[in-house]
Amino acid sequence: MEDTPQKSPAPEQVILRMTSIGKSFLGVRVLRGIDLSATAGEVHAVVGENGAGKSTLMKILAGVHQPDEGTVEIGGETRSFAHPVEAQRAGVAIIYQEFNLLPERTVADNVFLGREPTRRGLLDRAAMDAATSRLLDELDEHSFGPRDMVKDLSVAQQQVVEIVKALSVDARIVVMDEPTAALAEHEVELLYRLIRRLQGRGIAVLYISHRLREVFDLADRVTVLKDGAHVATVRTSDVTTAALVKMMVGRELDAYFPPRADEAVIGEPLLTLRDAGNGKLDGIDLDLRAGEIVGIAGLQGSGRSSLAKAIFGAEPFTRGEITPTRPANVREGVAAGIGLVTEDRKAEGLVLNQSVRDNALLVTRAIGRGGRSHRSTAAVAALLEKVRLRPPRQETEVKYLSGGNQQKVVLAKWLTLAPKVLLFDEPTRGVDVGAKAAIHDLMRELADTGTAILMISSELPELIGMSDRIVVLRDGRVAGHLPAGATEEAVMALAAGAAGAAA
Amino acid sequence: MKRAIPIFLVLAGLLVAIAVANPYFLEPAGFLGFLKRVAPLAILAAGQYFVIVSGEFDLSVGSLVTVEVVVAARLIDGDEAMTWPVLALLIVIGLLVGLVNGLVTTKLRVPSFITTLGAMLILSGAVFLWTGGAPRGALSQGFRVFGREGVWAVLILLVAVTAAVLLMRADFGRTLIAAGDNERAARLSGVRVDRVRVFAFMLSGLSAAVAGILLGGFAGVSAQVGQSLEFQAITAVVLGGVVLGGGRGHVVAAIAGAFTLEALFTLLNLHGISGALEYAVQGVIIIAAVAAGGLRLPALRLSPSKV
Repeated sequence: MEDTPQKSPAPEQVILRMTSIGKSFLGVRVLRGIDLSATAGEVHAVVGENGAGKSTLMKILAGVHQPDEGTVEIGGETRSFAHPVEAQRAGVAIIYQEFNLLPERTVADNVFLGREPTRRGLLDRAAMDAATSRLLDELDEHSFGPRDMVKDLSVAQQQVVEIVKALSVDARIVVMDEPTAALAEHEVELLYRLIRRLQGRGIAVLYISHRLREVFDLADRVTVLKDGAHVATVRTSDVTTAALVKMMVGRELDAYFPPRADEAVIGEPLLTLRDAGNGKLDGIDLDLRAGEIVGIAGLQGSGRSSLAKAIFGAEPFTRGEITPTRPANVREGVAAGIGLVTEDRKAEGLVLNQSVRDNALLVTRAIGRGGRSHRSTAAVAALLEKVRLRPPRQETEVKYLSGGNQQKVVLAKWLTLAPKVLLFDEPTRGVDVGAKAAIHDLMRELADTGTAILMISSELPELIGMSDRIVVLRDGRVAGHLPAGATEEAVMALAAGAAGAAA
Repeated sequence: MKRAIPIFLVLAGLLVAIAVANPYFLEPAGFLGFLKRVAPLAILAAGQYFVIVSGEFDLSVGSLVTVEVVVAARLIDGDEAMTWPVLALLIVIGLLVGLVNGLVTTKLRVPSFITTLGAMLILSGAVFLWTGGAPRGALSQGFRVFGREGVWAVLILLVAVTAAVLLMRADFGRTLIAAGDNERAARLSGVRVDRVRVFAFMLSGLSAAVAGILLGGFAGVSAQVGQSLEFQAITAVVLGGVVLGGGRGHVVAAIAGAFTLEALFTLLNLHGISGALEYAVQGVIIIAAVAAGGLRLPALRLSPSKV
C-alpha cells in the first residue's frame, strides 16, 4: 500500500467477459449464470467459500473444463477452448496453488517449456537465458537467475518463475489461485509489488483468495460466488469487510443436527493444552472435556489438521504443557485412547484392498488389545450395527463402499478403542446426506457417553450446527473462541482476520 | 481368495496333462516324488509371500539356501551326533539373515530390492570365500532323511503351510497385509509397520533355512544348490496372483503358484524340452502375471479431487 498505482487505467478496455456461465458435472449443477469481467490493468478478486465454484470457473477460463452454457470473450472476441493450450495461446495464464514447475530444470527451461526457441535445429539456450533475464529484470527480481535450478528456489521465487512464464507468453489475463497460501509474511509484500507491476503492464489479474485483507489491499473489484451462483460484483471501495463476509456466507442454517450437549453432561477435561506448539502451531490453549464437541474453524493452512495430528501424536507437539498425555508418536496416542478420523480417508484412514472386517479390527490388532472375543464375527457385527453400516457385510473390500460407508468403517475402527478423545478432521467430506446425518448422530452419541470430541470442518453450517463451542485458528494460533450457535459471519471474520468482528 | 481361483484351475490342468503324459504320476510313489520336489520351492514361496505382501522383496533367499547347505555339510562332516545342533544353527542363521535384511530395509530405509540384492551378493561371496569354490564335508544320514524321504518332506510342507495360513489369520498377518496395502493408514492406526516387516523378512529367512535342509538331502551338497531359487520363489508368488507392491493376495495361492511352476517344469521335462528353457518360461510368466495385475492398478490409485 506504500505505492498506490492508478486504479483501472483509462481508457477502460475490457479484456475478459464471461457471460452466464453454467456447468454441470454428472447432472449436478456446480455453476449457473455466472458473469465475470475484467479490464486491462485491473485486479479483480473472486471470493467465496470452499465449494462456491471459484475453481470450476477458473478451470473453464483455462480451457480445462468446457462450459455447458454461456460465453467467454477475450479482447472482444468470443472464444471456446477445447484444451488448456488454446486458452494459453489466447493469453490466459493460470498460476495454481501447486506450481507446475519441473524442479530438476533451470528457471529458463521452465519458462520456455514446450516452446523452446531453436537455432539450426538445436536448443537456443542463449536466447532462452537472455529472454528470461530480461523478464526478471522487468520484475526487478535479482535474487536468482535464469540458470538456477527451480528446486533450489524458495516458494516465493518459484511463484516469480510462474509469473515470468505468464509474461513470456504475453498473457493478458493472469489468474492467481490462493497465491499467498504458501508464502511467509514478508514474501506477501513482494507478491503485492509483483501484482502491481502486472497491473502496470495492462494485464488483468484475477485474484482468488479466502483472505479478505488481501482482497481489500489489492483488488479494484470483487466478485462473490456462493453455491455456484453469482452473488454480486462490487468495487472494493464501496463495501466493508462485514458486508463482504455476509455476501459469502449468508444462507439459512437448514440442515438437521442432533441437539447440543447439556451443561450437565459436560465433565472433566480429558485433555488440556497450555501454550502448546510445534513447527506449524504456536501458543495453543485448549481444553477437551468429556461430553463436549469442540469445533475447530479456520481457513485452509490455518493449522486445523496440524492441531489434530499433534494431539494424536502423528506430528507431535514439541513444546507446551499437555496433560495427561503428550504422545510422542501414533502408538502412544492410540494407547492413551486418542483416535483420529483423518481428512483423507482413502490415503490415511483405510486399507482399501482389505475387507470391512479387517479395517474395523485394524486398531484392535495393531495394539493387540482384547482377546479372541473382540475379533469374533458377532463382535464385528455388533460394531457395524453401532455405526449403522448398510448393508453390514463384513467381507466386502472397503474400496467398493460409498464414501459414507467408508467413513462409518473408519469410525468403527476407532470405536474398538473405546476412545477417550476422538478427533474428526472433515468427518463428512464426500459423504452423502443420509450418511452425514448418521455420522453426526454418532458423534453426539459418543459425546453423550463421555468421549471428548474435537471436530474440524470447512463446512460452516456443519461446524456451527454440531459444536458446543468453536475455536477459530489462524496462522497456527488460536484467533478466538466462539460460543455454540455463533454466526457464520463471526467465524469467517475471525478466520479471515478481519478486525473488530470477534464475538 | 477369488483372485486365487485361476491359479488352482491352471494347476489342475497341468496336473492332468502330466498324468496323461506319464501315468506313473498318479501312483502314490509318483505323486509323493512330485511333492518331495515341490516342497522346498513351496516353502520358499510361503516365506517370500510374507515379504511381498508387506510391500517388499527378498532376493537373498537363493544364496541363503546355498549358505545353509554348505555350512551344514562342513560342520556335520558325516558326524551323526552333529545333526541336531547344526539343524538348530541353520534355523538361527536363517532368522538372523532375515533380521538383518529387515532392519536395514526399515531402519536405514534402503529399498528392500537393494538390501536383499546386496545380501545375495554378500552371501554368495562368503560361501565362495569359505569353500574356495568347492564345498567340503558331508551331510549325515540323519540330516539327509528330511529331503530324501517323501513322507518327511510332505510333513514339513504341511506344517509350513498350516503355520503360514494361521499366521496370516492372526493379528500379525492382518497388520502385515494392511501395512503392504497402505503403509500410511496402517501407521496412523497404530500398526508397528517396521516391526511386522522385520518379522516378514525373518520368516523368509526361516523358509530359506528349511528349504536348505530339504534340498541338502534331496539334491546334495553343491555351491549351486540355491541358484536362482529367489526368482523361482518370486515367480511362484506372482503366479499365485499376489500383487507386487503389497497388500493383496493369499498365501495359499502363493504356495499353489509354486506347485504350478514345478508342475510346468515337470511337464516341459516330460516332453523333452530342455531345462535351460525354464529360465525363459519363468521370465515370461513373471512379466505376464505382473502385467495382468497391473491392468487393474490405475483405477485404485485415484484419489478424490478437491473442488
